[in-house]
Amino acid sequence: MVLCYVYVNVPFNFRMKRMKRIDENSNDSTSVNPPEPFKRIRPEDSEGPHAHCVSDDYPVCDWARLPQELLLHIFQYLPLLDRAYASQVCRGWNQAFHMPELWRCFEFELNQPASSYLKATHPDLIKQIIKRHSNHLQYVSFKVDSSTESAEAACDILSQLVNCSLKTLGLISTARPSFMEVPKSHFISALTVVFVNSKSLSSLKIDDTPVDDPSLKVLVANNSDTLKLLKMSSCPHVSPAGILCVADQCHGLRELALNYHLLSDELLLALSSEKHVHLEHLRIDVVSENPGQHFHTIKKSSWDAMVRHSPKFNLVMYFFLYEEEFSPFFNEEIPVTHLYFGRSVSKEVLGRVGLHCPRLVELVVCANGLRPLDEELIRIAKHCTQLSAIGLGECEVSCSAFVEFVKMCGRRLSQLSIMEEVLIPDHKYSLDEIHWEVSKHLGRVWFPDMMPTW
Amino acid sequence: MVVNTIHWFRKGLRLHDNAALRDSIRGSDSLRCIYILDPWFAGSSNVGINRWRFLLQCLEDLDASLRKLNSRLFVIRGQPTDVFPRLFKEWQINRLSYEHDSEPFGKERDAAIQKLASEAGVSSWIIELNGGQPPLTYKRFQALINHMEAVELPAETITAEVIKTCVTPISDDHDDKYGVPSLEELGFETEGLTTAVWPGGETEALMRLERHLERKAWVANFERPRMNANSLLASPTGLSPYLRFGCLSCRLFYFKLTDLYKKVKKNSTPPLSLYGQLLWREFFYTTATNNPCFDKMDGNPVCVQIPWDRNPEALAKWARAGQLRQEGWIHHLARHAVACFLTRGDLWISWEEGMKVFEELLLDADWSVNAGSWMWLSCSSFFQQFFHCYCPVGFGRRTDPNGDYIRRYLPILRAYPAKYIYDPWNAPEDIQKAAKCIIGLHYPKPMVNHAEASRINIERMKQIYQQLSCYRGLGLLATVPVNPNNGTNGSSQVPVGSVEDTSVQDVPPRAERTQSTQKRRHEDALNEGSSKSWRQSK
Repeated sequence: MVLCYVYVNVPFNFRMKRMKRIDENSNDSTSVNPPEPFKRIRPEDSEGPHAHCVSDDYPVCDWARLPQELLLHIFQYLPLLDRAYASQVCRGWNQAFHMPELWRCFEFELNQPASSYLKATHPDLIKQIIKRHSNHLQYVSFKVDSSTESAEAACDILSQLVNCSLKTLGLISTARPSFMEVPKSHFISALTVVFVNSKSLSSLKIDDTPVDDPSLKVLVANNSDTLKLLKMSSCPHVSPAGILCVADQCHGLRELALNYHLLSDELLLALSSEKHVHLEHLRIDVVSENPGQHFHTIKKSSWDAMVRHSPKFNLVMYFFLYEEEFSPFFNEEIPVTHLYFGRSVSKEVLGRVGLHCPRLVELVVCANGLRPLDEELIRIAKHCTQLSAIGLGECEVSCSAFVEFVKMCGRRLSQLSIMEEVLIPDHKYSLDEIHWEVSKHLGRVWFPDMMPTW
Repeated sequence: MVVNTIHWFRKGLRLHDNAALRDSIRGSDSLRCIYILDPWFAGSSNVGINRWRFLLQCLEDLDASLRKLNSRLFVIRGQPTDVFPRLFKEWQINRLSYEHDSEPFGKERDAAIQKLASEAGVSSWIIELNGGQPPLTYKRFQALINHMEAVELPAETITAEVIKTCVTPISDDHDDKYGVPSLEELGFETEGLTTAVWPGGETEALMRLERHLERKAWVANFERPRMNANSLLASPTGLSPYLRFGCLSCRLFYFKLTDLYKKVKKNSTPPLSLYGQLLWREFFYTTATNNPCFDKMDGNPVCVQIPWDRNPEALAKWARAGQLRQEGWIHHLARHAVACFLTRGDLWISWEEGMKVFEELLLDADWSVNAGSWMWLSCSSFFQQFFHCYCPVGFGRRTDPNGDYIRRYLPILRAYPAKYIYDPWNAPEDIQKAAKCIIGLHYPKPMVNHAEASRINIERMKQIYQQLSCYRGLGLLATVPVNPNNGTNGSSQVPVGSVEDTSVQDVPPRAERTQSTQKRRHEDALNEGSSKSWRQSK
């Protein structure tokens, strides 16, 4: 246990008052009810303001009588487990442990041993929190593993947060999306408990859940003034109309994350309306369910409206498509700033990116193929003048073209993550020479990323 | 005084560049080279038949070479702590030599043996390298190597001249008592076992070294070979299992490579990348040597704590890999792909599981390199960008468009046309029928939808890395932390807010951010040099 030396410099009479207050509190009816797994370390101090002096010249330093504000301050530095141990030391410390300020934030970790290597939040602790602290909770997240039981446990807890006025709620699946396995009605009813009771939700993270249009209506009906952030990638039960309702009503929305199928011209226009604040981030996941899937297009005018309304906004796009599915994309200018190709993307598409993405800041390509991307990279260096980060996986670029690219971008390239296999030595540069050349143009020491060679 | 010596072979299974052996022969009157084989190991341990066969072939080879010097190899069955006291007494041993093993388990075992030895009045002769804190990034490691003093020349090979008057007492029943056992004797079923693609032993290793160097010089002047279908097949010049068992000395490899390079490139200094294979080994050994938890996630200070999924069914399917199981080797790019698929790419299963499968099946997987590589490939180590995800279909298509590799190791798919051989589940029904392999019936459906899985997993990875402050922000790329303990949270209560951009975040009371209680490690406190010391204890 961490014990810090604390010199308590408070006037004596104040101290006396503090001790008295502690005494009063210790006669409280609320019993000290420790959670099961935490054993008592020492018997509690008895009542009475006995002074534990070494000498009358020195101020009293009785650990049990530390002022609550001080205990609070110290406890805030301790991880939960250490704090819990500290709470077993004496009544005063136990009371400090239960101060509301320490229970604003909580992350419920719900794991089953059969599906996870990590430990779960103890069920007794969860009970304690619901019983004593649910009305203190403001920033809550649930981390669940891939088992349905964990997701259901999360829903059960949510259903009990009736007294809560949450500002932040996050439902996070750490492995497979287990919230999707929970019966939809169970999930929706648990979620709406929070929507209805909180009334001041500011951040909501519900990716990979079975949330639907009606529940979004409930969210909006109760939290439209406060909602600033909404992340709901891969929520298959939501329709474009559902999300449009959110954009229309929640004018303070600054961050939005969703899948491409929910994106519409109307949505972009709603986000650009006069009543709406400047949008800061828009994250779009473009995911193919089956090869050959067809994707709709968004008008350039809608994107233009967005840029006019929120000139600094970031458009983050993650593409998980088969190569032949890219035809609707990058044919016109699009204000994307962060672009990620999670699967193979063709040379041709990368060529179009060079032409139509003037606001591009970061480009990450997982894979391309065995034809060098020389021209495409040079074009990107030329037209994407804001580009500061690039990552290339299974691609090929000739060393000369790569050096040219880096030269053109210069020092604005703060992230250059290139797998070693990407660079093809040519008549001008070998692999070893290239790292010097590139380092020179970047103004710092640079090496390609390496993978272990067995 | 009569000096009776035991040289204990563990990994350095060779007579060339074996400094411990060479030095301990000096002044010895008798020499016995032993290898201790724990019979329980064969049945119960996670070591497959290919690895056992390789080892036994190495021992046969050593025995044959020693025979030429009027000596023999003594294979002793049992555990070292039981075996040694008996041998010390029986053979009147007063000198024990072995090559230092830097892996944590090895160090522990050797400490116990050293104690035993000194209690029995036996002096231990060990060569070891002194080092400080290990470097945490490969780039930093390379930078250090550049500053280090030159590598020592390989020790002279043990020949009759070296042995001189030192004798090995060999009894008539040597073969019964101390002969190299066969696979059957160890309890393995050998019926149906194909010929070894990788024959074990120092002789084979040295032959391959020559061929390897010939090929390197001949192939485009040391340029990096382009990946093609043939690369995936086992190469007759491949050296990794021989390095691992010590049949081939790293030092010898290093010097031969350097000499050849200088000859071909007219005396220019060889770049570090030439020694890539060797350097990676050294790097992982260095990182692992003081970390007994190196092969686990839990309690391992250099491993990111990732909430992997427990999924034994999917793991079993993944482990069905053909070439690995048959031959005990797969190309390192194929390793990257399968490792990525198992962990961060698709199945989201812990790298520890994959590591165990490799440990069982791979000929060249030793503790440090295997664990280190798995951590690297699963992005569990602090020096790896995680965006790079191998798409199993795409990777195959690009490397081997005709699918020859698949046809060889998965013969059930042999009749599929090249267009569909990497994703047979997408082939129309008539093609599947013509190929006499219906997906779902003769060959299982894919375990995951790769697009969906990789989307989910990149998000999971990002969430975890966002706990490391340098990954805050919208991008996927970030400066990889040098210090693994920078900004790591333990079991903290992190509010959700906008993890993409702190400016929008509802900042909760500052107090809720808990401080890391982990120790901080300073890379700069590293020893700049590495010195070799010759240790002798009485």
